[in-house]
Amino acid sequence: MQATQIAGTGIAGYGASIPRMRVRVTEIARVWGKNGEQTAAGLGVSEKAVAGIDEDSCTLAVAAARKAVLGAKIDPQNIGAIYIGSESKPYAVKPTASIVAEALGATPNLTAADLEFACKAGTAGIQACMGMVASGMIDYGLAVGSDTSQGRPGDALEFSTGCGAGAFVIGAKDAIATIDGTTSFTTDTPDFWRRQHQEFPRHGGRFTGKPAYFRHVLGCANALFAKTGFKASDFDYAVFHQPNGKFPLEAGATLGIPREKLATGLVTPFIGNTYSAATMIGLCAILDEARPGQRILAVSYGSGAGSDAFALTVTEAILEEGRRPVKRVWDLINENKTYIDYAVYVKHRRKLKSM
Amino acid sequence: MHHSLPLVWRRIPERYNLIGCKCETCGTPYFPDRKICPKCRRKGKLVKQKMPKTGTLYSFTRVHAAPSGFEHESPYWLGIVELGNGVRILSQIVDSPEEKVVIGASVTMVFRRIYADAEEGIIAYGYKFKTI
Ligand SMILES: [Zn+2]
Repeated sequence: MQATQIAGTGIAGYGASIPRMRVRVTEIARVWGKNGEQTAAGLGVSEKAVAGIDEDSCTLAVAAARKAVLGAKIDPQNIGAIYIGSESKPYAVKPTASIVAEALGATPNLTAADLEFACKAGTAGIQACMGMVASGMIDYGLAVGSDTSQGRPGDALEFSTGCGAGAFVIGAKDAIATIDGTTSFTTDTPDFWRRQHQEFPRHGGRFTGKPAYFRHVLGCANALFAKTGFKASDFDYAVFHQPNGKFPLEAGATLGIPREKLATGLVTPFIGNTYSAATMIGLCAILDEARPGQRILAVSYGSGAGSDAFALTVTEAILEEGRRPVKRVWDLINENKTYIDYAVYVKHRRKLKSM
Repeated sequence: MHHSLPLVWRRIPERYNLIGCKCETCGTPYFPDRKICPKCRRKGKLVKQKMPKTGTLYSFTRVHAAPSGFEHESPYWLGIVELGNGVRILSQIVDSPEEKVVIGASVTMVFRRIYADAEEGIIAYGYKFKTI
């Protein structure tokens, strides 16, 4: 058990990036001879975001991070730490974090590293930054979750794996939302993995539900409530990791959180499961509309397995000019999108061996 | 295709953040960076400067027969972007609906993969532009 109360840390800036292309679940189902309507309804996902041929988890991370730093209104030279959470790194060895640092103009006086914990490495980065900020080691830290994850062609995962990034600048001053508490819940649970040098992950099918996602998300949320004294009903918004459109609603129902409090941050039905970015993009969407004084519950989940939970309170600073990105998450989801068919999707995600 | 590693590395400031230079004597901005101001010659004093990240599309073409390394991207837009300070740069125009790619269109810088040196090589990142 770790301490929960991290004095005076909060979110100074946030940003999300979602690529422009979409492929519909019905289109993927058509290729594999499955019933598209049933598959989409079963997953609670209708379409997913697909990165372009010149995009990867690094370019998406840079796009999200640039927005977050702009909203934080800080000199990038004051960023003392950058952590990039991803399971789809462009390089197996060579950090994405140093590329992001260079693109932000934050080099050379900072620490940087890539983190991996399936879908929760981004929120692990938030916690690392919180600790460093609270200890006075750094003024600002940047935590990014970014993924362009892939399912094996024909695998159930292919219907839901999306692409996107979410970024948060963590600091002690002028926060747009304070982080009032955080807690984690971690066990060795082999529900999903990808071995070294393998292109696509393997998963435990139904095993991914109860002993994996629900045990950790609910266990972590309840641990947060116990430590902070908050109850589920204290929160105006909630966002959970969203591998599909259904799990987070079920988790909410178990905790007694009504659907309408989850709706703003539930983005997977329209962009797919963006892995490390999923909880973070959902939180960005909530910050786009939450009012000062409102409370937010955020719980991530990463296979293997673990969850990080956060209790946040939105401050008056969120109303200041320029603190929110110009484009809201729901604008990124709905505007300027282009539908592609499965063949173009395969080309863009380089799934053809001869490419 | 094989790219020179030192060259990729040296161009990072230029490609990531549009860092060029400006002549302090006559005020002319240059991109990419150069050693001598052609207007002032020996009297010129060049200092590093960030270029504006937005501009307008000055001219463009659509590339159908792409050079080696860009085959999978064709057809794609190649444009000359006139930045806010008058500097013109050649760039790919990406993520833009066809009807918006017109002369005079407002564009903004994005960060993308420019090329990857084979399967095992280095990935070069940098600026491209998209319509706003
Ligand atoms: Zn001059």
